[in-house]
Amino acid sequence: MLLLLSIFAPLAGSMASPLICKGSGKAAPWLMAAIPAIIFVGFIWHLVGQTDADPIFVSLDWVPSVNVSFDLQLDGLSLLFGILITSIGTFIVLYAGGYLKPKDHAKFYTYLLLFMASMLGVVLANNTILLFIFWELTSISSYLIIGFDNEKAESRKKALQALLVTGLGGIALLAGLILLSEAAETYKLSEIIGMGSELASKPLAQFALPLILLGAFTKSAQFPFHFWLPNAMAAPTPASAYLHSATMVKAGVFLLLKLNPIYGDTAFWLVSLTAAGAITLIYGSIRGLFQRDLKRILAFTTMAVLGMLVMLIGQGSSMAIKSALLFLLGHAFYKATLFMVAGNIDHGTGTRDVRILGGLRKAMPWTAAAAMLAALSKGGFPPMVGFIGKEYVYKASSTLDALGPAITVTALLGNALLLSLAFKVGIHPFWARATEKQESQGWSSLLPGQPHEANLLMLAGPVILAFTGIALGVTSQFWSVGLIASSVSTATGIESLSKVYLWHGFNLPLLLSVITLTLGIAIYLSRQSIWRNESIGAYIADRDSEKAYDFGFRKFIESSKNLTAKIQNGSLRFYLWVILVSGGAIIGYKVITIGVFGSLPEPSEFRTIHLILGITIVSALTYTAFTEKILPALASLGFAGLGIALLYAYFGAPDLAITQIIVETLSIILILMAAIKLPTVEKRVRKKRRIADIALASIFGIFAFLLTYKSAQLQIAATISDQLADWSYALAKGRNVVNVILVDFRALDTFGEIIVIGIAAIGVSVCLDPLNSKAEQKSNFAPIGGSPILNYGAKLMLPICTVISLALLYRGHNEPGGGFIGGLMCATGLILYSLAFGTASALKKLKLDPIRWIALGVLLAIFSGALGIVSGNPFMTGIWLPIFELPFLGTIHLGTPLLFDVGVYFVVIGFATQCAFAFQTTIEGPKSNPLDFKKSI
Amino acid sequence: MNQNLIILPVILPFIGALIGLLAPKSPNTQTRIGIATFAATFAASIAILLKVNTAGHLTLLLGGWEAPFGISFVVDRLAGLMVAVSCLVGLAVAIFSKDDLESSLRSNWFYPLSLFLVGAVNGSFITGDLFNLYVWFEIMLISSFALMTVGNTKSQFEGGFKYVAINLIASAFFLAGLGLLYGKMGTLNMADIALKLSVSPAGPLVNSSSALLLVAFSVKAGLFPFFFWLPASYHTPPSAITALFGGLLTKVGVYAIMRNYTLIFTQEADFIRGTILALSLATMLVGVFGATSHFDMKRILCFHIISQIGYMTLGLALFTQLAIASAIFYTAHHIIVKTNLLLIAGIVQKKFGTNDLSKTGSLLKKAPWLAILFLIPCLSLGGIPPLSGFWAKYSLVKEALSLEYYLTAGLALIVGVMTLYSMTKIWSEVFWKKAPEEEKITFNKTTWNSYLPVGMFCLLTVFIGLNPQILFTYAEAAADQLLRPNQYIEAVLSTEYIDTIRKASFAANTLNISENDLP
Repeated sequence: MLLLLSIFAPLAGSMASPLICKGSGKAAPWLMAAIPAIIFVGFIWHLVGQTDADPIFVSLDWVPSVNVSFDLQLDGLSLLFGILITSIGTFIVLYAGGYLKPKDHAKFYTYLLLFMASMLGVVLANNTILLFIFWELTSISSYLIIGFDNEKAESRKKALQALLVTGLGGIALLAGLILLSEAAETYKLSEIIGMGSELASKPLAQFALPLILLGAFTKSAQFPFHFWLPNAMAAPTPASAYLHSATMVKAGVFLLLKLNPIYGDTAFWLVSLTAAGAITLIYGSIRGLFQRDLKRILAFTTMAVLGMLVMLIGQGSSMAIKSALLFLLGHAFYKATLFMVAGNIDHGTGTRDVRILGGLRKAMPWTAAAAMLAALSKGGFPPMVGFIGKEYVYKASSTLDALGPAITVTALLGNALLLSLAFKVGIHPFWARATEKQESQGWSSLLPGQPHEANLLMLAGPVILAFTGIALGVTSQFWSVGLIASSVSTATGIESLSKVYLWHGFNLPLLLSVITLTLGIAIYLSRQSIWRNESIGAYIADRDSEKAYDFGFRKFIESSKNLTAKIQNGSLRFYLWVILVSGGAIIGYKVITIGVFGSLPEPSEFRTIHLILGITIVSALTYTAFTEKILPALASLGFAGLGIALLYAYFGAPDLAITQIIVETLSIILILMAAIKLPTVEKRVRKKRRIADIALASIFGIFAFLLTYKSAQLQIAATISDQLADWSYALAKGRNVVNVILVDFRALDTFGEIIVIGIAAIGVSVCLDPLNSKAEQKSNFAPIGGSPILNYGAKLMLPICTVISLALLYRGHNEPGGGFIGGLMCATGLILYSLAFGTASALKKLKLDPIRWIALGVLLAIFSGALGIVSGNPFMTGIWLPIFELPFLGTIHLGTPLLFDVGVYFVVIGFATQCAFAFQTTIEGPKSNPLDFKKSI
Repeated sequence: MNQNLIILPVILPFIGALIGLLAPKSPNTQTRIGIATFAATFAASIAILLKVNTAGHLTLLLGGWEAPFGISFVVDRLAGLMVAVSCLVGLAVAIFSKDDLESSLRSNWFYPLSLFLVGAVNGSFITGDLFNLYVWFEIMLISSFALMTVGNTKSQFEGGFKYVAINLIASAFFLAGLGLLYGKMGTLNMADIALKLSVSPAGPLVNSSSALLLVAFSVKAGLFPFFFWLPASYHTPPSAITALFGGLLTKVGVYAIMRNYTLIFTQEADFIRGTILALSLATMLVGVFGATSHFDMKRILCFHIISQIGYMTLGLALFTQLAIASAIFYTAHHIIVKTNLLLIAGIVQKKFGTNDLSKTGSLLKKAPWLAILFLIPCLSLGGIPPLSGFWAKYSLVKEALSLEYYLTAGLALIVGVMTLYSMTKIWSEVFWKKAPEEEKITFNKTTWNSYLPVGMFCLLTVFIGLNPQILFTYAEAAADQLLRPNQYIEAVLSTEYIDTIRKASFAANTLNISENDLP
């Protein structure tokens, strides 16, 4: 219950934030703060009530298909983190209430509580993928928070940087976690960790480690992935305070602690963590020295502290882990305090530039007190919790064998630098002599604002958290078993019950502490000269890995632009070439990998007629390819089409031949009508290109020929068409097999095709007559006019064509004919009529708009099919009336397939007339050059 | 068992379109007919989805002709899901268009053409006949071309011309592959081809057809290097139309690949799967590069379509149950999210009169609800958990890793981050940034009809994100069916027919090829 509450309560708060903030006004920060506060109490309750260190579990099925379950677990480590997240979270929420303008509250709390929920999810998750889910959510919510000031370009840029760096780390982590889980054969984190170092010997798990480390290092800002962290200062101060103290950046450290039992003993772990941590510690604190902005100083100290933690975790010993946890605990409290102090100074004076700050203790006494306590804790002065942390670091490092001295020196240097930085933020602004001091007040006249103390909401956090720092230090032996020892148990896999003491007597760690303090204060005192040597800081900053990121990012954008411009370059010719060549490559690849089967068959009997037709077709097409004028090109194309029709006829497919001729003629006529509007094609295609195109086309042609030629010999299975021929008359009541296939066996194909031509008719209308003005209002195509022969002929032909077309339609089922040919015949009469009397008169004869004829036709086809359903059979099942005799017409056998054919007939009439009429009405008009398509990409 | 129910997702939209053509050309009448038809079709598709989930396969032998002699319609779980999702897209776009499209477009051809398009898309999903599939492709092509040019602007014609030209090349490849296949197998029924190939040792002999069809489907799906038509044309029509295309068209190509290369071309599959894998990876990368290079909301989204298609075919290339299930999951998720994003692009375009990111901005302040509605599909597309896109990507990567396709998994993950990057570009430029000349922009009110489909898609995205198991269970069952082509064959063909074919000898010596030629 506690576990579910700790994730879903902040989540609900996040979603309800706009409502709560709108409804409760000034009370909103208190209401929102109640959420983490209640969870905090729950955690403390658990801590106090817990007699043994048994973790508590929640386990809910979620997505078993991919091994994701909603498993949560509260062990020592997650309890420690949970307490930090909620306790500091409570004060951050209150602080934000004072810091931000009320109108920003809703948005901020939405992000912040989402963040809190995700962070709690990370520390509580007991399923690797669930952990990753929350991990990504922290990335996204931090993206939203860092970009909070979203109208500033800088904020947006930094938010994106944080998202990309942690996002790239995130995917590495996901891959690593999947591999680790696959190696362990379970996705349950507690079980994986329970396997301990045994798991680390599996190859998959070893492969996973660098990936997981990449995730942890990017999140915890280890060198060289650190740069996003100082830049994340673009976020509002309360968010920075939270990100740095208890959340976001600690996620990586948390993960390392969690996985220590598995990888702790491996050399890779030791080396990479120690190296990354040590470099980060020293680099971060040195960069911090040169900073002047309070928040940036703090950001670099966070980085340094993270380095220290990672370095310690890398050592893996129980003592090292304990020191890391104590250090982390101390850091959480003082860092949150110092950030809020920085926010108060910013708020009170209008600047965060530490060089012009000073002497503020009178104006901001409470802030000054909190700052001092935090700085002392951070500096490691007794009896603060920070002191204990430092003591244990030295205790741990001095007990290590091989690396001990090196770690000790690094830690000492790092601690000293951290102390100086802590003083710079916590002591300097309040106690130092301000430059250009004003006599009466003690602060600098350069300050943009009149310094004043912050309000209650903004003081509660820093003051209480700062005092917590002392309280924790003094009382360490009471809380350390529940909080630290049990976390150490989690992070080492070994039961630990030892207490933590503030005072250890005079020993080596104490001596090291004293050296640290002395060195640190010395560095602090020389701060002015360090600032004077800013160029050194700039020199280092110029060589930061951020430059590599910037460079990589820029290159990525540039190269994607170049690549896209090259590929999607707007030239249709290029596109077609790529498609044809790649398509050819795939087929070629197939030939190479699978091989060619069998040999080419012997050519069957070869007759002169084949040769003649072949030469005719090829020479016609060659002419088409080479000519530069559109009309001859069309004519020769049509000629080749006729040649093909003859081939069909010769090989015994009269229906195909007829259709080919009709379609060929019709399309040539239509293209000619369109071509009238086109300008002549100039010599715009270069000769070389043309030859290349012809070569490509020829290669494809030859290739297609070879494929067809070869496969003509390969009959793997008997064809179904014999069966269709057998059934045609017996079952489908038609002697013309082609027609029966069209209107019965494969009526659905025909149905689809009449829709195609129907839509084509609409397309003609769209292209030529977009607004579909009423036929009557259209510029009526002027009749060719006046010729009495044409007029008379047209009048005569109309009824003749209609009657013939009806006859063709009816007899189609048994003899050549059918709806398609019939429809064309009828349309021919109408088109002729329109040539003589104009389109308007022809439309009157047609009664209905052509598109409506098409619609009626298709509906009729559907109706004929639906009759099959009504009779309890599948759609389009033929239903036949009994045969009857009529005078003159003979035997009549009516069935739904014939009705279907009538539908086809209507559609064809509509299509042909629509196309012809539309072209006729728009034949006059300005010439344009629609072939100039270069511009569109 | 014949199920006339499964003809409805094809026939209902056609009837609606035809009534629209006959009805008076008033925007209100046309809109009402359009929305009512889409609603009815969607209802039918849901009925089919529920039925197929329990029955496994629904078949209809059209004209009552026993398969393979007539045309068969077959709905398995994959087809059922695809039909339902595409009908949902149709309904959403129809509602969205009510206020988004100019009344002159609505009063004329928009609704009939989009109904034809959706009917044909459904036909492609449902048909069990390879030539019939070609017919549906043609209707899709011509109706989408008409829709694309419906606004009659020059850029639409330019884009539309490239669209048609490239797709006609695809049709040629399709027909060539189909013709060769028919020549060898003597049948067009997909189950019949699958059956005959499965009992014949001559499987490798149809690999030319297999390669030709792969090229044709790859053009349709928008795989690299065949996708040129998509970025050339998709951004030109009004957003509602782009949303309809973006949600449906490429997915038909993906479906065709899934169907044919699980059912028919399963022999000598290494070559095909290797090719699909290579094409998928290249597609993912090149697509996302396109998205990062552009600075226009619609164009970015269009390039993402390409990139994401790669993930879907990748699942097929890996060819395990979970990988195919992931691909199915991915496809369903993608259709929902992508249509939604393109609809939102429409809303943005209404507000600013452009989708050029340098001219937009300030919407987080001016339209916070829209910001939330955008953020959900945006993050989902970027693969952020726990939204639908995360599950799709995660399961694919998980399966790739466990099959030891490390490079593939890594690429899939990195492309995910790049996708997220280009989506944050939109977020940053449209919602975060202060709009240039903010004072002068009027920020048109967005109506409920525009918000309704967007909100519904968002809810669905979140629902899938929080309950992915429902979709996973279904997708796994669908993938299981795909991996057992015999179930499909037995659902379509009669037991006697199958027995006859199995008994008939297809020994190599009857085939004019000698034993030595076979591998």
